[in-house]
Amino acid sequence: MPILTKAEAKALLTKVLSYSKAEQCEINLNCSDSGNLRYARNAVSTSGGISANSLVVSSAFGKKLGTATINEFDDASLQKVVRRAEELAQLAPENPEFMPFLGPQEYGADSPTFSPATAAVTPKDRADAVQASLKQAMDNKLNAAGFLSNSVGCSAMMNSKGLFAYNTSTDVAFNITVRTDDGKGSGYATRGYNDFSKLNAKADTAIAAKKAMSSVTAKAIEPGKYTVILEPTAVAVMLENLFFSMDARQADEGRSFMSKTGGKTKLGEQLVDERVNIYSDPWNPELPTATWSGDGRPQQKVNWIEKGVVKNLYSSRYWAQKTGIKAIPFPGGAIMQGGTKTLEELIKGTEKGILVTRLWYIRTVDPQTLLLTGLTRDGTFYIENGEIKFPVKNFRFNESPIIMLNNLDEIGITERTVSAESEANYLLPPLRIRDFTFTSLSDAV
Amino acid sequence: MKRRNFIYLTGVGAAAAMLPAIPVFGKEISPEQALEYIDPAAKKIMSDVALNAARSKGATYTDVRVGRYLNQYVVTREDKVENIVNTESYGIGIRVISNGSWGFAATDKMDKDSIAKAAELAVTIAKENARLLREPVQLAPQKGYGEVSWKAPIEKNTFEVPVKEKVDLLLAVNDAAMKGGADYINSILFAVNEQKYFASTDGSYIDQDIHRIWPTFFITKIDKETGKFETRNALSAPTGKGYEYLNARPQDKIQTASGTLYKGRYDMLEDATQAARQVGEKIKAKSVEPGKYDLVLDPSHLWLTIHESCGHPTELDRVLGYEANYAGTSFLTLDKWESKKFNYGSKEVNITADKTEVGSLGAVGYDDEGVKCGKWDVIKDGILVNYQAIRDQAHILGLNASQGCCYADNWSSVQFQRMANISLQPGKAKLSIADQIKNVEKGIYIVGDGSFSIDQQRYNFQFGGQLYYEIKAGKIVGMLKDVAYQANTQEFWNSCVAICDQSDYRLGGSFFDGKGQPGQVSAVSHGSATTRFNKVNVINTARKI
Repeated sequence: MPILTKAEAKALLTKVLSYSKAEQCEINLNCSDSGNLRYARNAVSTSGGISANSLVVSSAFGKKLGTATINEFDDASLQKVVRRAEELAQLAPENPEFMPFLGPQEYGADSPTFSPATAAVTPKDRADAVQASLKQAMDNKLNAAGFLSNSVGCSAMMNSKGLFAYNTSTDVAFNITVRTDDGKGSGYATRGYNDFSKLNAKADTAIAAKKAMSSVTAKAIEPGKYTVILEPTAVAVMLENLFFSMDARQADEGRSFMSKTGGKTKLGEQLVDERVNIYSDPWNPELPTATWSGDGRPQQKVNWIEKGVVKNLYSSRYWAQKTGIKAIPFPGGAIMQGGTKTLEELIKGTEKGILVTRLWYIRTVDPQTLLLTGLTRDGTFYIENGEIKFPVKNFRFNESPIIMLNNLDEIGITERTVSAESEANYLLPPLRIRDFTFTSLSDAV
Repeated sequence: MKRRNFIYLTGVGAAAAMLPAIPVFGKEISPEQALEYIDPAAKKIMSDVALNAARSKGATYTDVRVGRYLNQYVVTREDKVENIVNTESYGIGIRVISNGSWGFAATDKMDKDSIAKAAELAVTIAKENARLLREPVQLAPQKGYGEVSWKAPIEKNTFEVPVKEKVDLLLAVNDAAMKGGADYINSILFAVNEQKYFASTDGSYIDQDIHRIWPTFFITKIDKETGKFETRNALSAPTGKGYEYLNARPQDKIQTASGTLYKGRYDMLEDATQAARQVGEKIKAKSVEPGKYDLVLDPSHLWLTIHESCGHPTELDRVLGYEANYAGTSFLTLDKWESKKFNYGSKEVNITADKTEVGSLGAVGYDDEGVKCGKWDVIKDGILVNYQAIRDQAHILGLNASQGCCYADNWSSVQFQRMANISLQPGKAKLSIADQIKNVEKGIYIVGDGSFSIDQQRYNFQFGGQLYYEIKAGKIVGMLKDVAYQANTQEFWNSCVAICDQSDYRLGGSFFDGKGQPGQVSAVSHGSATTRFNKVNVINTARKI
């Protein structure tokens, strides 16, 4: 089934809703068409195309909810899925936390989440981009491994209370690791866009290649506390663990870094350096995201941390009603306000420090302090007197993003980046951090 | 599936308080639908359509996987049922070689036209990609087995057990934990049934029925005075068994100074009761003094260290560089294997790969390339002797056949190299857990898995656990907290000095080992007995924010 237009989605959902006999019914439609190409050892390894559409019907009787899903769209199948949801609802135990479905919502102007150039990408386009990447690597006698994927999708929802929401989106993801033939140097670059025409696989491969060639003969220096410059991709994997943990219920229940003794939370308190401003905005032209969340709540511009103070937590509708707070959904993307300096200027202003290209295998060690562990990877360099002096061996770190944002030294220019852990896209700056804790050395290249 | 989901799912063991939304694989179905049977004859007809369509378009090799993947999730918290979901994913994946290149396409439209079109698309993709090849795919020979089948030797199909029985068990578990002093508990039962049919131009038609089950819980207790909280996760293992796994008999339990451990079967109610007590002790435990300790590692913990530091670095695709952009490469390069004298570990260390171990997550009769599965040595008396390989890599090791390590997590995913069950063999001399502890002067006994991280070539790692017991002069003297150990893989395994005997051998494992782009998961078990490692670096993970 092709990607549905707004009118087509509305007609389909209206039809499905007409089959409902439940007290309340809500339908979510998701459709996507995606392709990918993976390569390694300077040659293609795997690739494929996936087309997937699904319809999720939720039916409720009182506080009893049943959900059923189908990927066939003939009338008989649509009626079947509605009946199945109703049967399941009648069999389900009452859920005391069930919330009635939302009525009509205001979502504001459409967000520019859709790019025709991306929707039109073919297997040949992917192969052409990868060919340019491979040529760049091979011309430098280097070894490339990368992944290119693109997708186009639509989502829509409608319910028996009159709510209707619709959105289309496109995404491009490209990441590349270039290694020297002797295995002593490795470099990485990653990019994410809504618009395929912004992708320049050759240029991104050149960045990874430069890092690979520059990181050969890395020296071992002692682990300890160092001033570090984290490139935006490295910032992403540290900060997203903070974003993921800003749930109001977890905080209220006492099992979050945001919790305080006696059921209180740190909401409204200054938690990090006053220069830290983190927000989400579905209409940001560089990181457009859907204007509604999966349960129909509007996504709006939200300040999460303003001048270092935690201003908002996200929560379920149930918990928001129970506690009397605003029911803010988890955002589609996060943005950290940047400064005016380029990465090169941050390096130039560093007396002694370490430049980190990428962080890897991030895991929570302690949810109470948000202590994370992980390693540097694919380009770690020692800086002295404003210049990169030599490559250094990789480190394991044990650091909390809260402590990190309290040791903030300098903020660079914000750019769109991708988390190599979650694959989520963000707008984040490079950061210079004092006293970042490296606890051991790694011989890994 | 996005990798975030892998992290959520693998991370739940490490961050009990942060129970996430659980991703659902496939469309939701009723419980009784899960018991419907698809006749292998119908799957053979569909497979032949794909094989013939691909051949007619120029494929020189084709394999077909008709997959029906069933999952069941029962999710509860405290006295509430949060979700009960049955899902089914059914479709066909077709892989071809054309012009020397792989191509793959999949569809869930199981009519002849759609299957033929998918086969044609796979050939088109292969031909388009051929220009990005450096050398044609070289497949190890594989004989056709004709029409054969394999079924996991389970005693009780989890999908046949009424949902109410499962809900009653989980709510009883939650009740026991809350009465025992827990502030919060989430308990979950995952069940998986893979019904896989494989056909290839080699002449195999293989029907397999695979079952897995994982009951687990996450308990949180908060100290009301300080606001500090601690967690304790279940000591269950995900396993390749049926519902009989939850019927633990006396012989399935190991009584130790720290509590009950489980061998082969699991008593969820008992574990929740002891977990509620232990999480209270954990809050009051002494914060560890960093330094060198002799570690005594229980199999409920050691499986994860084996997985990360033995299993992944011996995957040949990593050694060769196929995962360089994502999951990483390996320090166990071919020259180390060729030397026949690379000291991966001490002489105590014998690591095997086994795709046939009964009750393990990775046990199958045949892999997803139609290769009959077996068992082989990877580390022998501490020396690297072999890797894990699939058909298009076998020639690199001079093998004339694949080792049967190919797997795809769905019909819509292309199969590629995944880890076999990688296990540490028990010691030959009689040695109990009590004997291990008795012989340690200054050490820590660690039970259960916790936080885990390892570098991209599998050298430097850091692991936490669930329960840490301080050992002084051969005795457990109390519980510790804020413990993590860091080591280099080779140094760590060379510090292995004693392994308990076969009577203590147990399996741990993961449902959700993530790898590949796009990301896929696989389920794999790792066995060991309680094992001692001398003078390992332990750090203190306590911080203030």
